[in-house]
Amino acid sequence: MTMLEVKDVYKSYGGVAILKGVSFMMNKDETKVIIGPSGTGKSTLLRCINQLSPPDKGQVWLNGEEITNPQSNINKMREKIGFVFQDFNLFNHLTALRNDSIGREKEKKIEKEAAYKRAMDELTRVGLEAQSGQYPAQLSGGQKQRVGIARALAMDPDLILFDEPTSALDPELIGDVLDVMKSLCGKVAMLVVTHEMGFARNVADEIIFMEGGIIVEQGPPKEMFTNAKMARTREFLGRIGALYGDEEGR
Amino acid sequence: MAVDFGQFFINSLPDLLSGLGYTLLLTFISISAGFLLGIFLALGRVYGNKVINGFCVGYIELIRGTPLLVQLFIIYFGLPTIGINFSPIQAALLGLSLNSGAYQAEYLRGSIQSVESGQMSAARSLGMNKLQAIRHVVLPQALRISIPAWSNEFIYLLQYSSIAYIISVAELTAEGKFIAAYTFRYLEVFAMIAVIYLVLTIVSTEIIDRIAKRLRIPGIGAATRGSLRDL
Repeated sequence: MTMLEVKDVYKSYGGVAILKGVSFMMNKDETKVIIGPSGTGKSTLLRCINQLSPPDKGQVWLNGEEITNPQSNINKMREKIGFVFQDFNLFNHLTALRNDSIGREKEKKIEKEAAYKRAMDELTRVGLEAQSGQYPAQLSGGQKQRVGIARALAMDPDLILFDEPTSALDPELIGDVLDVMKSLCGKVAMLVVTHEMGFARNVADEIIFMEGGIIVEQGPPKEMFTNAKMARTREFLGRIGALYGDEEGR
Repeated sequence: MAVDFGQFFINSLPDLLSGLGYTLLLTFISISAGFLLGIFLALGRVYGNKVINGFCVGYIELIRGTPLLVQLFIIYFGLPTIGINFSPIQAALLGLSLNSGAYQAEYLRGSIQSVESGQMSAARSLGMNKLQAIRHVVLPQALRISIPAWSNEFIYLLQYSSIAYIISVAELTAEGKFIAAYTFRYLEVFAMIAVIYLVLTIVSTEIIDRIAKRLRIPGIGAATRGSLRDL
């Protein structure tokens, strides 16, 4: 069953067209990876989906409800869409635990104790139960991003949007974050913007290649990596593969 | 003259303490009321639509662009001509609060804007509405950032509340003026008063410093006394 549907989305900033008609669909618990050169609208697309930057034109549907409809309760719908930021955006003044519980405390109006317990479960899931009392400034980049993922998970989302989740990390810290993301595969739908080709190749159900504000080509990783139809896709994958490495197992 | 200074001090004490009471009353009420007003004005400036923002800018510029003394005169001497009367203390409290609100609004606006926009995005992505995000995420950080500026405003108000003597509020400076006019011992009286203001300032700075230290976010290097010297 289709869970997310993006229909012909357009977005421009200051007269510059960033997205020029993007459409795709996602099923429940699927993992899709968006790749493409920088400045091509990948992050903008994610922000259009959860309406952090509402699209100028086009529709986004989640579970049969139109998010882009001004009548719909956007705050309610955002609870179902987790967002993991490139630069983490953890709440600086809260401990790791409260970063992960505050969404439930304030949003779902459930009791604090229950919110803390759920947050602790998610921190344990990402391997950070020992860091629950620490503040963001006391955590490493990799730990911050895992807290960020746990924060999204604690809301029980149907879909998590990852905006280049490992781009701000030192290379040796990337693995931990990717491992956590892999462990979520098939448990929650994930839409991931990343340059980690190993992750795209091994984990994604489908790869979406974007350039110049449109989807150039999309397909299963195997097909995309070995048998892409468009010359542009082959060229990009070749170049990015050489830059970032696409060795197995990462 | 110096011989009976002790006795003079003791004789003046009741009047000085009564004046001190008014000074503290003026300071605490005006800083608090000004703080509330400042928060609303700052939020209006940062998040308000054109109309709200315009109103807030207009208010802040009007207050900051005119002398406090003129504002007090308008409230105390001017408004009665259109039938609005205040007692001296009411007029002083109103004037100082309205004035401090405008200045605090500007400190607070700077602090709110210095909280990275990603904090708001993250809060909204969890499903918080704008108000919840401001209350639970932006303000707790902005208020911490504004403590040093706020400390400045507190000291400023403490000392500038003395201007209320001009509209005959019997605060500390006014009491000093009465005693001095009666005894002609200007130097001693105002030296005593200067010491009282100095002590109040040092004590309140220390208290605010301690509050700031207690509220400091672990891991974030809000410079504490001496920490920069160690570098």
